[in-house]
Order: sequence, then structure tokens, then C-alpha cells
Amino acid sequence: MTLCFTVDGNDFLRAGEASAVVKRTLKQLGLESSLVRKIAIAMYEAEMNMVLHANGGNIKVTLSDTYLTIQMMDTGPGIKDIDLAMQEGYSTANQKIRELGFGAGMGLPNMKRYSDELKIKTVVGVGTEVLLGFKL
Amino acid sequence: MQLCKVQEILEAKVWTGTEKLEKEVYSACGCDLMSDVLAFAKEKIVLLTGLINLQVIRTAEMLDIKAIVFVRGKEPTSDMIDLAKERGIVLLSTGVPLYPACGLLYEAGLRG
Ligand SMILES: Nc1ncnc2c1ncn2[C@@H]1O[C@H](COP(=O)(O)OP(=O)(O)OP(=O)(O)O)[C@@H](O)[C@H]1O
Ligand SMILES: [Mg+2]
Repeated sequence: MTLCFTVDGNDFLRAGEASAVVKRTLKQLGLESSLVRKIAIAMYEAEMNMVLHANGGNIKVTLSDTYLTIQMMDTGPGIKDIDLAMQEGYSTANQKIRELGFGAGMGLPNMKRYSDELKIKTVVGVGTEVLLGFKL
Repeated sequence: MQLCKVQEILEAKVWTGTEKLEKEVYSACGCDLMSDVLAFAKEKIVLLTGLINLQVIRTAEMLDIKAIVFVRGKEPTSDMIDLAKERGIVLLSTGVPLYPACGLLYEAGLRG
């Protein structure tokens, strides 16, 4: 099964809708709730990053019997130093993002913690592709 | 602790989920930063926050958080109430600020 979403970068209010749909779909398919929760948290963090840091993008979710892959592509500014960005507490979020309750620099470490696979391809000035994988 | 007990202790107003007040929560998290909630929150908790926006409800949805208490007299907006209703999340408001609100629940036996 494949699901595709377009994430609007200008609409903070709607951010997270794709993750909510995926969460409900996986639940309906009967996946264990603690597994669904892990997937939902990791995907939501990645979706929020797309909206807050990269002006939106596209998401492709691919589900097989044993593995779930979430591919998130944006054409945002890219990440200069991935090792630095992966550190807990590192964030380039501005005051506006912080007022919204985000920007603690916990998203990427959280995505790593909750997934079985995290791959990031990024080119400064071109965009970022985040791949999250989960064993089912 | 049952949600109706939480409501009673904090003298909270119920916005949505009146029919779910007999449900149990096992822990609480007091935080205005959704990033931290996403990183540290356990399951079956009540979230206490002073933050008002739709992402508070989304964050709760992702984490399977069943109830949110808005502190310091903050009130949820109508789009927040609508989404919470749809997702079966209980929304409460109390006039008590975040720190004492957490303290009152802790004192009554609801641990972190
Ligand atoms: N898709 C992206 N495009 C461009 N930069 C990104 C992207 N995702 C993350 N970053 C950069 O990496 C930093 C760390 O990301 P991370 O998700 O860990 O923290 P945050 O988003 O700043 O805060 P939090 O996730 O806790 O709300 C961000 O501040 C940003 O500079
Ligand atoms: Mg983030």
C-alpha cells in the first residue's frame, strides 16, 4: 500500500494532518498501538520540520507486510551540518517557532529514537530528503 | 486518577469529553513546549499546558494523550475544540497556573 501527501508550508494550523491520517490508517489495519504511536511521533516530528524549516514538501508512505517506509522530500534550505542537527538541543528555530511550542532541538533525535532506520540526504540550497523506516 | 478527580482538584471547566471523565490517567506532564512533550511523554497521561494552538491537540493525538488541561485561565479556540471532539480528547480549563496545578495533582497522588 502506498499513500502520498503534499504538505503546505504556509499553513501551520494544518501541519500534522498527514501524520494523523497515517496514524489512523495504521490503527485501522490493526497494528499494535505502541508501534503505531512510535511511527506517529517520528512522522509528526518530520512533518513539523518540513513545515517549520523547509516550507512544506511531499510525503510518500509505503507499507509492506514487514516494513513501513516514510519518505519526506522538501525543497527547503537544506541542513548544513547533519551531525550538529542530530544533537539534542540544537535548533535554528526563531522566536516565532518557539512561541508555537516547537524549536527545542528534539525532533531529529526523537525520530532516531522511535524509528528503526533514519536516513537524511540534504543539499544546502536544494532540499532535504528524510527516510524513516519501521519494522512491523 | 480519574479525570473527574483531576477536574475537581483543579476546579476545571469541561470543554469537551464530559462522557469520558470516568477514564483513568496514570501520570501527568506539565509543559508549554510540544517538542519536549513529544520527546518525554508517557502513555495515558494528562497534559497540562498554557500553550494555545491547534498543534497542542495534534501533539496529544500523536501521543495517545487522552486529556489536556489548559492552565492560567487559558481557553481553547473553537477549531481546537472541534478537533479534540473528533479525536475523543477531553479538554479542561483551570484558573490555576501551571506549577501549582501540577503540584496539586502530585499532592493528590498523581505522579510524574
Ligand atoms: N527539513 C529540514 N530542512 C531544513 N532544515 C532542517 C530540516 N529538518 C531539520 N532542520 C534543521 O535541523 C535543526 C534540528 O531539527 P530538530 O527537529 O531536531 O529540532 P527543531 O525542529 O529545531 O526543534 P523541535 O523539533 O524540538 O521542535 C532545525 O532547527 C533545523 O535547523
Ligand atoms: Mg523539529
